[in-house]
Amino acid sequence: MALAKITSVTGRAVNVPGNDIDTDRIIPARFMKCVTFDGLGEFLFNDVRKDPKTGEITNHSLNDARFKGATILLSGANFGCGSSREHAPQAIQKYGFKAVIAENFAEIFFGNSTTLGMPCVTATREDIAKIAAAVEANPATEVVIDLVPLEVRFAGQTIKIAQRESARDALVHGRWDAIGELLDGLPAVQTTAKKLPYLAA
Amino acid sequence: MPKSLFEKVWDAHAVRTLANGQTQLLIGTHLIHEVTSPQAFGMLRDLKLKVAMPHRTFATVDHIIPTDQLVEPYRDPLAQAMMDELRKSCAEFGITFFDRATGKQGIVHIVGPEQGITQPGTTIACGDSHTSTHGAFGAIAFGIGTTQIRDVLATQTIALGKLKVRRINVTGRLRPGVYAKDVILHIIRVLGVNGGTGFAYEYGGEVFDRMTMEERMTVCNMSIEGGARAGYVNPDETTFAYLKGRPYSPTGAAWDAAVANWKSFSSDAGCHYDDVVIIAAADIAPTVTWGINPGQGISIVESIPDPAQATAVDEKSSIEEALAYMKLKPGAPIKGTKIDVAFIGSCTNGRLSDFQEVAKFVKGRKVASGVKAIAVPGSQIVALQCEKLGLDKILREAGFEWRAAGCSMCLAMNPDKLIGDQLCASSSNRNFKGRQGSPTGRTLLMSPLMVAAAAVTGSVADAREVFAVNN
Ligand code: SF4
Repeated sequence: MALAKITSVTGRAVNVPGNDIDTDRIIPARFMKCVTFDGLGEFLFNDVRKDPKTGEITNHSLNDARFKGATILLSGANFGCGSSREHAPQAIQKYGFKAVIAENFAEIFFGNSTTLGMPCVTATREDIAKIAAAVEANPATEVVIDLVPLEVRFAGQTIKIAQRESARDALVHGRWDAIGELLDGLPAVQTTAKKLPYLAA
Repeated sequence: MPKSLFEKVWDAHAVRTLANGQTQLLIGTHLIHEVTSPQAFGMLRDLKLKVAMPHRTFATVDHIIPTDQLVEPYRDPLAQAMMDELRKSCAEFGITFFDRATGKQGIVHIVGPEQGITQPGTTIACGDSHTSTHGAFGAIAFGIGTTQIRDVLATQTIALGKLKVRRINVTGRLRPGVYAKDVILHIIRVLGVNGGTGFAYEYGGEVFDRMTMEERMTVCNMSIEGGARAGYVNPDETTFAYLKGRPYSPTGAAWDAAVANWKSFSSDAGCHYDDVVIIAAADIAPTVTWGINPGQGISIVESIPDPAQATAVDEKSSIEEALAYMKLKPGAPIKGTKIDVAFIGSCTNGRLSDFQEVAKFVKGRKVASGVKAIAVPGSQIVALQCEKLGLDKILREAGFEWRAAGCSMCLAMNPDKLIGDQLCASSSNRNFKGRQGSPTGRTLLMSPLMVAAAAVTGSVADAREVFAVNN
C-alpha cells in the first residue's frame, strides 16, 4: 500500500493559545479505557471545553461555531508534553485536524503525530499570531501549509515554517509509517512463511 | 557456526532488512485480547487494509472479564463494549476467538499453550508484555504496542532490532518449598528490573531441565519484569510431552516431523552468548517482595531493607519511596506482616499445578478471619480441570472464593480490586503502585503456596513451616 505523500495541508485554522499544553489536557486519562481511537475526537480537550464541575460549555475556541470544521490547529510552545499516550495525537486527528502549527513540540508527541501522517510544523510566536489574527478576522481564511518550500500561505501573506528533516522527508515521500515498508515486503513475507512448516500447512 | 535458539528462530523468521536497519520479522503466531487490539482494528479499517493471515491470529478475552458474572451484558458497560468490539472484529476479519461460549476462554498466556498454539521454534507476539511466557516452549515471544498489532494484522510482520542473548544457568537442585516463582523473583532480585534491557534470556541448567512446562512458563512470564523483552527455555522431551495431543498440535506423521523440526531449534553446544550468569539453586529461598517493583524482593527469613544501610544514593531513595508507599517498617522481618487480601491466579500462577499444590496443603485448613481470599483459574479449561479434581471444593471449604477465569485482581480492569491501602499477598507479577486497582493498594508478590500460607495465618509466613513442606 502506498501511503499518501503529504506535501501540503490546506484548510481553515483555529487557534488554541497557550504553552505547555500537555497530553492529559488534550485527552484526559479516563477516556483511555476505550475500544477504538475513533471516539476519542469527541473528548479532545474535554476538561477545558466543559466545566468539570458544572458540565457547562466553556468559551474554548473549539466550542466557537465560527471555527467549526477547521483542520489546522494553532498553539504555543511545548505542545503535547506529558504522558506519551498515543491517544493524544489520535484524538486531535480523529477530531478532524490534519496538521498542527506550534512554536515547538514535545518529542514523543511529535513522533506519534508523524507516524499518523499528521504534520507538526513550527513557526515563530509572531508568525503564529499573524495566522491567528487572520482567522480571527475571517474564520473562512484558507491556510496552506506547504512542506516543500516549508512555508504557510494565508490571506495574501507567507511565513516560514520549520520541520525536522527526517519527518519532512517521511511525510513528503509517503514513508511516515513503517506499515508502508512492511506492506511492500508482503511477497517476501510469503516466501519466508512457506519455508516454515508451521506456517506452510 | 553453532547458534543459539534465539538466532535460529530469528534467522528463520527474518524477511528482510528495512531501510532503517531494523529487520522485518515474520510473526508466526499472533495473540490478541480485548484491551490493546480494538484500536489496532480501527487503524486497519481506516487504512482499508485486510488481515494478511487471519488463521495465524487467535483472540481471547481476559482483562475486563468480571470473574463473578457469567451472563452478559456485564455490569460495566465499558467492559461489555470492549467484549462486543473484539467479537465484532474477529467475525469481520475471520479470526478465531476463544470466547466464553467456547469453553476455551482464559488469560491469553494460558490459552495459547493449553491449545497447543504455542510451539517451539516459532515467533509469537501479543499486545501484552507478559507474552514472554510462551518462551517456555522454545519460542521467541514478546509484547508489542497497538501500532505494531496493526502491523502484524496487516502484514504478519513487525519492524524490530535484534536482541542480545543472556544465558542464565540455575545449577543444582531447588530446596523443598522453593518454587519456580521463587526462582524468577530471585533472578530479578539479582539482575535487577532493568538488567535484561536489550536481552532475551535463555534459561537453562539442571533446575530448568527438571521443571514442568507450567513451572517454565511461570519463570518466562516474568522475564519482562527483569527488563528482558523475551525469555525462553530450549525445547526438550518435557516440552513435546506437554504438546502431544493438544488441539492445535500436529498429529500422525506430521507430529514426528514437527518434533524433529522443533529439536533442530535448540541452542547448539558452544554457541555464543552475549552474557552468561550462573545462579546456585541452593541460594534460592521462598521469596517475597516488599517494595513497588518486582526486583524489590527478599527471602522469607530476611528483614525489610533499611534505607539507612543503603550504600548508594539511588538505592537509599528507592527504598525510602517504596517503604513510604508500602507503609512497612525498615529493618523489621517481612514474616508476620499482616495481610488483608490473598490472591491466587494470573498468567504467572493461575494454572492447574498451582491450584493442585495449594489444595494439597490447605486441605482442612481455614483462611484467617478478616482475610479476603480469592482463587481465580487462568482459563476455563484450568477451572474445569480443578473442578474435576475437586480442588475448587477444597479451596472453598478453606474459605477461598472460587471465581471464573480471567486476569482478575492482577490488574483490576475488572471489578476485582483492592480497597484503600489493603495489603495483598499475590501470586501475580506486578507490585507497582496502584496495580491492583486502588491508588494506595499494596502488593506483595510470592508463590501460590506462600500466598496460601499468608491466607491461613493472616500474615506473611514461611509456607515451609506453616504446611510442614518437606518434599
Ligand atoms: S494476568 Fe495480569 S499480567 Fe497476565 S495478562 Fe492478565 S493482567 Fe496481564
